[in-house]
Amino acid sequence: MEKLSARRRAYDRTMRTLLWLAGGVTCALLVFMIGYIFFRGVPNLTWPLLSGQTSYLKNTIGILPNIVNTLYIILVAMVIVLPLGVGAAIYLTEYATSHRLVAVIEFATESLAGIPSIIYGLVGMLIFVQFMNLQNGILAGGLTLVIMILPTIVRTTQESLKTVPQSYREGALALGSGKWHMVRTVVIPGAVDGIVTGCILAIGRIVGESAALLYTAGFGLVLNDFMTALHSSSATLTVALYVYASERGETAVAFAIATILLLLTLVINLTAGIAGRRLKRL
Amino acid sequence: MEYGSLENMAASSPERVADAAAVPHRALIKTGGQKPLEVVMHALFLLCGILAVGFVLVISVYLIVSGVPAIRQIGLWNFLSGEVWEPTATTRDPSFGILPFILTSVYGTAGAILIGVPVGLFTALFLSKVAPPKVAKAIHGAVELLAGIPSVVYGLVGMIVLVPAIQKAFHLSSGACLLAAVVVLAVMILPSIVNVSETAINAVPREYEEASLALGATEMETLFRVTLPAARSGVAAAVVLGVGRAIGEAMAIVMVAGNVSNMPSLLTGVRFLTTAITSGMSYAAVGSLYQQALFSIGLVLFLFIMLINALLNLFIKRKKEG
Repeated sequence: MEKLSARRRAYDRTMRTLLWLAGGVTCALLVFMIGYIFFRGVPNLTWPLLSGQTSYLKNTIGILPNIVNTLYIILVAMVIVLPLGVGAAIYLTEYATSHRLVAVIEFATESLAGIPSIIYGLVGMLIFVQFMNLQNGILAGGLTLVIMILPTIVRTTQESLKTVPQSYREGALALGSGKWHMVRTVVIPGAVDGIVTGCILAIGRIVGESAALLYTAGFGLVLNDFMTALHSSSATLTVALYVYASERGETAVAFAIATILLLLTLVINLTAGIAGRRLKRL
Repeated sequence: MEYGSLENMAASSPERVADAAAVPHRALIKTGGQKPLEVVMHALFLLCGILAVGFVLVISVYLIVSGVPAIRQIGLWNFLSGEVWEPTATTRDPSFGILPFILTSVYGTAGAILIGVPVGLFTALFLSKVAPPKVAKAIHGAVELLAGIPSVVYGLVGMIVLVPAIQKAFHLSSGACLLAAVVVLAVMILPSIVNVSETAINAVPREYEEASLALGATEMETLFRVTLPAARSGVAAAVVLGVGRAIGEAMAIVMVAGNVSNMPSLLTGVRFLTTAITSGMSYAAVGSLYQQALFSIGLVLFLFIMLINALLNLFIKRKKEG
């Protein structure tokens, strides 16, 4: 190989170093984040904390209500958004005949996707809490999240509906199937991997959301049954983390919650990956 | 029976993706309203589609309807260029100037981009061209995990680690300041910058690089003078996406930014457009001018985001064309 000039060799070496440096910084950052959260959080992750409630009288702190609230809000939001989002996506790819309407709906869902969650929180508070008078609670929070994750569901479903070959549809129709029957027996089964992945990603977003929930679901730390929680202020894990960290100075509890959230994120990422691959093979 | 076989057919064929590009013949598939069930389902799906559009309309309309009255009362110019935010002042007239918030959001976002983009872009180049495949795969998973961590967790780590460190380093009375927020934002936008720019870099045709290498350029010269320029629109999209993320983030920075409505400077407590909304909302009485002014801040933020989205669409469209 011919010899490079000193300048070119220096350039090559500097750039190569910078690339490794950037990769190293990103890696270090990640190792630090995860390591630090586990280091501070795992020792505080005790059974009384996980299974108890916060009470001023008994001077206890427990995050069971927040775990339960997180599950409630996932349930409420997904039950509403799943049929709505999948339905909208099916309409867009299977039924819509007007290109203009499709363009408008796609533009709308894309715009929704870029709006920051604090705006959803603001509008959710205005519409659901003040205008519809639902009070702070799981219902208002869940409905706000529905608007927020609708675009995710619509888009992922649409993408996977588009991968179902047109010939399958034509085959089904040629065999005398009606449109809905074709959608139910051919199109949806063929697209189920994308729909499931979209749902898992949406759940991930719900678990990590806080700004949209502060003034819609509220900050309540009391354990309620489902029907009561719908209409009473209920903090999810992320909101509870915020409350404990910045308003109560309970750093240990905050880090314990952060550990749980980190583990949840990891599980959700892995499940989304596996679900996507596994269902595709079915 | 026949439906069962259709299901099998849908699931087991290997050519699912191959046919996806086929143009749908929607007019041919139209079956008309023979069965009531078909008609009902069609209507249901249409309803879902309309609801999706309805939500966007409702959000925009509501933000405008609730944001405009306060701006009218305060005056657009006073609102946007006023330097004092004292919505609850009692000894004198309350003032509603959001210039500090606007500037903080702009500076904070610019700072985060200044740190996050070089690191993110270089990491993307590293992952796609230099790193050994195994290392690249591991870092990839890591970056995805970083992207999924809830923003309050970043806020918490920033609050416990970064804020005291800044306080010690600069001998401040409190380390919660614009600098801390900038660093937290930079870390938060890093994963999306890495992911989007890596996709753009991987999309550059290999022939470009091979031609450059064949002409005697070194690997690094090829990377920075051929690959990167060829991927520039994708990188631009990554930057715009990062700007959108940074300007819309609220919960992570409310914990580290000090939350004082100063005109921004690097080492004093500041308030962003987003954190002004979150922290004001607990104090503002329902229906008061204070609360309406918060909605106006939301409207300003919304317009910022829409502008950024429009830019993003422009980049993506240009990428598709050329």
